Amino acid sequence: MATTGTPTKLTQKTQGGIGESTLRPDGTLKVTGEFAYSSDMWHEDMLWGQILRSTVAHAEIVSIDTSEALAQAGVYAVLTYDDLPTEVKNYGLEIQDTPVLAHGVVRHHGEPVALVAADHPETARRAAAKIKVEYKELPVVTDEASATAPDAPLLHPGRDDHHAGHVPHPNIVHRQPIVRGDADEAAKRADVIVTGEYTFGMQDQAFLGPESGLAVPAEDGGVDLYVATQWLHSDLRQIAPVLGLPEDKIRMTLSGVGGAFGGREDLSMQIHACLLALRTGKPVKIVYNRFESFFGHVHRHPAKLWYEHGATRDGRITHMKCRIVLDGGAYASASPAVVGNASSLSVGPYVIDDVDIEAIALYTNNPPCGAMRGFGAVQACFAYEAQMDKLAKALDMDPVELRQLNAMEQGTLLPTGQPVDSPAPVAELLRRVKARPLPPERQWESTEGADVRALPGGLSNTTHGEGVVRGVGYAVGIKNVGFSEGFDDYSTAKVRMEVIAGEPVATVHTAMAEVGQGGVTVHAQIARTELGVSQVTISPADTQVGSAGSTSASRQTYVTGGAVKNSCELVREKVLEIGRRKFGSYHPAWATAELLLEDGKVVTDGGEVLADLVDLLEDEAVEIEAEWRHRPTEAFDLRTGQGNGHVQYSFAAHRAVVEVDTELGLVKVIELACAQDVGKALNPLSVIGQIQGGTTQGLGVAVMEEIIVDPKTAKVRNPSFTDYLIPTILDTPTIPVDVLELADDNAPYGLRGIGEAPTLSSTPAVLAAIRNATGLELDRTPVRPEHLTGT
Amino acid sequence: MRVNFTVNGRRQEADDVWEGESLLYVLRERLGLPGSKNACEQGECGSCTVRLDGVPVCSCLVAAGQVEGREVVTVEGLADYAKQREQSACGTGACGTSLQDAQQWSAKGSDSHTGEGTELSPIQQAFIDAGAVQCGFCTPGLLVAADEMLERTPSPSDEDIREALSGNLCRCTGYEKILDAVRLAAARQGNQEATV
Repeated sequence: MATTGTPTKLTQKTQGGIGESTLRPDGTLKVTGEFAYSSDMWHEDMLWGQILRSTVAHAEIVSIDTSEALAQAGVYAVLTYDDLPTEVKNYGLEIQDTPVLAHGVVRHHGEPVALVAADHPETARRAAAKIKVEYKELPVVTDEASATAPDAPLLHPGRDDHHAGHVPHPNIVHRQPIVRGDADEAAKRADVIVTGEYTFGMQDQAFLGPESGLAVPAEDGGVDLYVATQWLHSDLRQIAPVLGLPEDKIRMTLSGVGGAFGGREDLSMQIHACLLALRTGKPVKIVYNRFESFFGHVHRHPAKLWYEHGATRDGRITHMKCRIVLDGGAYASASPAVVGNASSLSVGPYVIDDVDIEAIALYTNNPPCGAMRGFGAVQACFAYEAQMDKLAKALDMDPVELRQLNAMEQGTLLPTGQPVDSPAPVAELLRRVKARPLPPERQWESTEGADVRALPGGLSNTTHGEGVVRGVGYAVGIKNVGFSEGFDDYSTAKVRMEVIAGEPVATVHTAMAEVGQGGVTVHAQIARTELGVSQVTISPADTQVGSAGSTSASRQTYVTGGAVKNSCELVREKVLEIGRRKFGSYHPAWATAELLLEDGKVVTDGGEVLADLVDLLEDEAVEIEAEWRHRPTEAFDLRTGQGNGHVQYSFAAHRAVVEVDTELGLVKVIELACAQDVGKALNPLSVIGQIQGGTTQGLGVAVMEEIIVDPKTAKVRNPSFTDYLIPTILDTPTIPVDVLELADDNAPYGLRGIGEAPTLSSTPAVLAAIRNATGLELDRTPVRPEHLTGT
Repeated sequence: MRVNFTVNGRRQEADDVWEGESLLYVLRERLGLPGSKNACEQGECGSCTVRLDGVPVCSCLVAAGQVEGREVVTVEGLADYAKQREQSACGTGACGTSLQDAQQWSAKGSDSHTGEGTELSPIQQAFIDAGAVQCGFCTPGLLVAADEMLERTPSPSDEDIREALSGNLCRCTGYEKILDAVRLAAARQGNQEATV
């Protein structure tokens, strides 16, 4: 692993510190079935909540009759919009445009209309089915043309959010242009120009643990809420006004989270469970089934992308123009920030001085779209990487060499004018995936005939090798890390150190949502490294400690990891103060040397032991709760897109090797190699796991994953794992990973956020490989068999 | 209705079971065994995999009434099950629990927060060691399926592993570490047999 400088002095005397592949503290509970996920919550006397959702995408609600549902035995409450307790009836991450329950109108298929609480989930389901809702259907808008037509029905007439003033049409959530240099003038220097129109399908996060939680009414009139979420404090900020309760009366605790990938940034069942619990005075549990989960969270924005690139004969890119249209669906969710990412990262990891960029997100009657791993950068990467291959072909150049020739480096300016001020090893990552030996050809051949398991179609036995062609494709991408555009992206950590049973023990308490990424593992490693103790207790995440920000944007190891490191340093200072007070007169080093905590002792940087932490602390406990922030960022200028909007970048490259049965249009990905710069691998095992997982989600949207929305009715046609396919172990190839560690000197330990970058380049690499195998243009993802067979 | 069956070697009786309830619902909501997970309720994801008379099944697709008089093993009983198999050298895995063992069974003391002190089966330990657990929601079903595969096929090829686990979806890991874990468990099992 290559390394350029480590910004922090590290000692590794204490076992289990950063850089080691320590095992998950929740691992044992997760393999024995004892780990309590939000859907496992149980309370004596609890009721089950059920949500009635709209069966149409856009309609006026003429009437709702709940009488028959209420009359069912076992039903405790049925709630509609009229039962909401306060004047605040909407919520939302940035724009509060999402109704808790529909009021007079539904704007998308599956919108919550009414709630039921009953003593058995089936009773609740059947009662919900007995609620009579009369709809008067309205015309739907489903794409840019219908949404921005002069007579288009407005999704949110009279909207007054902070984007309303600068958008060209009220059905556009947000628009971000970025103009730098003079693309038209630069185009005149181009020897070749390539253009393309690309389509990105609607992807679902498809986390395996459906939305769920338990709300328990408390004696003080408040509520205790146990949920799976990505950001407890953001939930709390949105829940409290709707319930009409002060935030301190809603005590939230993170339950076990069965994956997230962006799909738990928005609220799902939180307010509904609280409303039912407060109404009935009983604990209420809500668990979505898979069908409902497809309606219960936002998806990745489907997109249309128009791109133009030019280059001189020697392969230097002259300019880029693009227009990115993201479909945000009926409510804003994270659309404005997705627009910011898509536009500011639309150039990719390349040096292009003259650009003309526009990105917008639409309001339509399609399902709401928002955060998913890669967040706007994924759609752009799919398109600009297709363009790179087109450009290489037009220039008769090797596609990797073209990319390397134009690759961004440290110091390159983004189209926003912001310099990339940490290592950007784009050319090196490409070199690494290309240098890897290719998997042998025709691996299915053996002396006993074809092993169909190694062929497209597998045990379906659709080919023994006839009609099968191989292709290889490359892609590279850039993702921002952390919340951008001036957001105050802080985290809070409470760290306590004391002697328990004759041993120094550190306790780390944050509100970070552990969704599977392994943040809890890393927090313990940081505490061991900084405080020199081997015993670290991770307290459950709740709202009794300050906000940790969201588990998204690849930010938690950077920001909450940074907060834990910072609080540990503050605790260490206090511990050393106690030491100086108690023992300072016995040894001059207490005043003169740089002191460290290692292996339960205070030592000098020369290694001399000054005191045992047990003797130093005795029965004293040291505790610090402190906020920590990364460097501030700025908003992008609304007209030019200029501004230092990002904190950090993450780079990954992929090489895909595929085999395609051209007769049936079946694709088998043989290998999907990745190289990624992670800055510093705090836990190498977890780093590899993140890269392989992200790569596989990118593979999914390349060849199988898409929510199909009927363009005439805006209704979702495949809300199940029977019809929405995610990769199985048979669909997933070997994923060799090459990890670089080039430190970002601005970040704790030099680390980089890693979770999202591999999801970007995986998809275009697979598409490039399929194009290489088949010679087809393929301008949309996912690729379906009919796109390959032309039937 | 009332359903009598054996779960993890103990006789169980579930009362007031509605005819439409699945085995998964009875395990999770009536018997206090939430280890088996509900992620799709239509047999596509494998998160609810348990063994019914030794055969891996999606418990969401088994009506509770169908298990009357039969034996079920869930992830909660996997460690005991593997231990018994090792001691009795029961190759088929359908050897059940002796009356004596059943009477002596009691909940083991373990750290409720971290699970320290818990005795694990080889496949459970391998999942932890190989980094095959992230969010963990697919893990119980995968463990039951992988354990059954290793019982049948002690030295599986990668193709064998992929085929056996193709009914279990995982969204976090990209499956590479799951393959590593099964290979690791198979290797450890092989070493153990070699030293016997």
